[in-house]
Amino acid sequence: MPPIVPAHLPPFQRFLDTHSARVWRYLVGMVGPLDADDCFQESFLAALRAYDRLRPGSDERAWIMTIAHRKALDHLAAGQRRARPTASVPEVAHHDPAIPDDALWQRVRGLPPKQRAAVTLRYAADLTHAQVATALGCSEEAARRSAHEGLARLRKETTS
Amino acid sequence: MTQLPTPAPPNVAEGAATAASTRFADTALAHDAVDVTYATLDTPVGRLVAVRTRAGLAMLSYEDHRGGLDAILDVAAARLSPRVLEAPAALDDVRRQLEQYFAGDRTTFALDLDLRLASPYTQRVMRATIAVPFGTTVTYATIATALGNPKASRAAGRALGANPIPIVVPCHRIVGSSGRLTGYTGGMHRKVALLELEGLVLG
Repeated sequence: MPPIVPAHLPPFQRFLDTHSARVWRYLVGMVGPLDADDCFQESFLAALRAYDRLRPGSDERAWIMTIAHRKALDHLAAGQRRARPTASVPEVAHHDPAIPDDALWQRVRGLPPKQRAAVTLRYAADLTHAQVATALGCSEEAARRSAHEGLARLRKETTS
Repeated sequence: MTQLPTPAPPNVAEGAATAASTRFADTALAHDAVDVTYATLDTPVGRLVAVRTRAGLAMLSYEDHRGGLDAILDVAAARLSPRVLEAPAALDDVRRQLEQYFAGDRTTFALDLDLRLASPYTQRVMRATIAVPFGTTVTYATIATALGNPKASRAAGRALGANPIPIVVPCHRIVGSSGRLTGYTGGMHRKVALLELEGLVLG
């Protein structure tokens, strides 16, 4: 039986509600809890602007994670250019004074970009390797390998 | 490949993603990227869903009479634009004017309307209905006559049954011949409540 393809896109609010928690986890893993909100706002703004180009019935999750991944990379590249002093006080501090950020994910952010992205998409955003591949624009095999290499490196750092 | 232990997802602050989603309505409005905004409004005649476009208020639906919030938003997404976001602040004037109306402090609404969801005939019936003053009633036949066809009172009644903006377009003020209350989009008890609010003694 062919899959039922809806005739219309769902209202964007429903799309946002469906994907916000996963995008948030991914961005916290990628850029850290302080910068996650900037990337979150930019990701969903880009998605809203391009929303009418999303075909009804296509893989919404892979689509929004591709956008979030690009925004995270842009943010990281801009951060390197800015070379911000680590002691600078962040402006954010929205709602929760104690923003949790476990040591492991701080180390994930020390991985090379490809490994970091693959590990974060797979284990923070809980995507399948196929969806990780779509977001990264690489083959499923390459996505699997990057995640594996990232994990191996994390383990080596832990044990050495 | 060897099996490696997999990391648990990062801890995220409770409610952080929801808070970011809520802030997103402001982001989208600031960038003029949203086409349709909505809010739910609690009133003495039940919960309403108000939907607005850049042109004006397009829907004011009784939540329990149009299949619930999801169904109302599906209509908005399909027929107005899928760029739909909940943005209570964008409906502040609608909320305020309705509060004044229900408090007895307002007899006409000063809101831009987007009539796109209504057929051309229904739009004509709606325009004629807006002209009926607070606290008065006219018959469907009067509306039909005003539109040039005295025999079309049933069609006028059907058109008002499809009124997407009740209360603001006061279809509750339109009654059957000899003043009998007939149907109402939100249920007869609401028609009665609205007319009593406007000071009409019924029964």
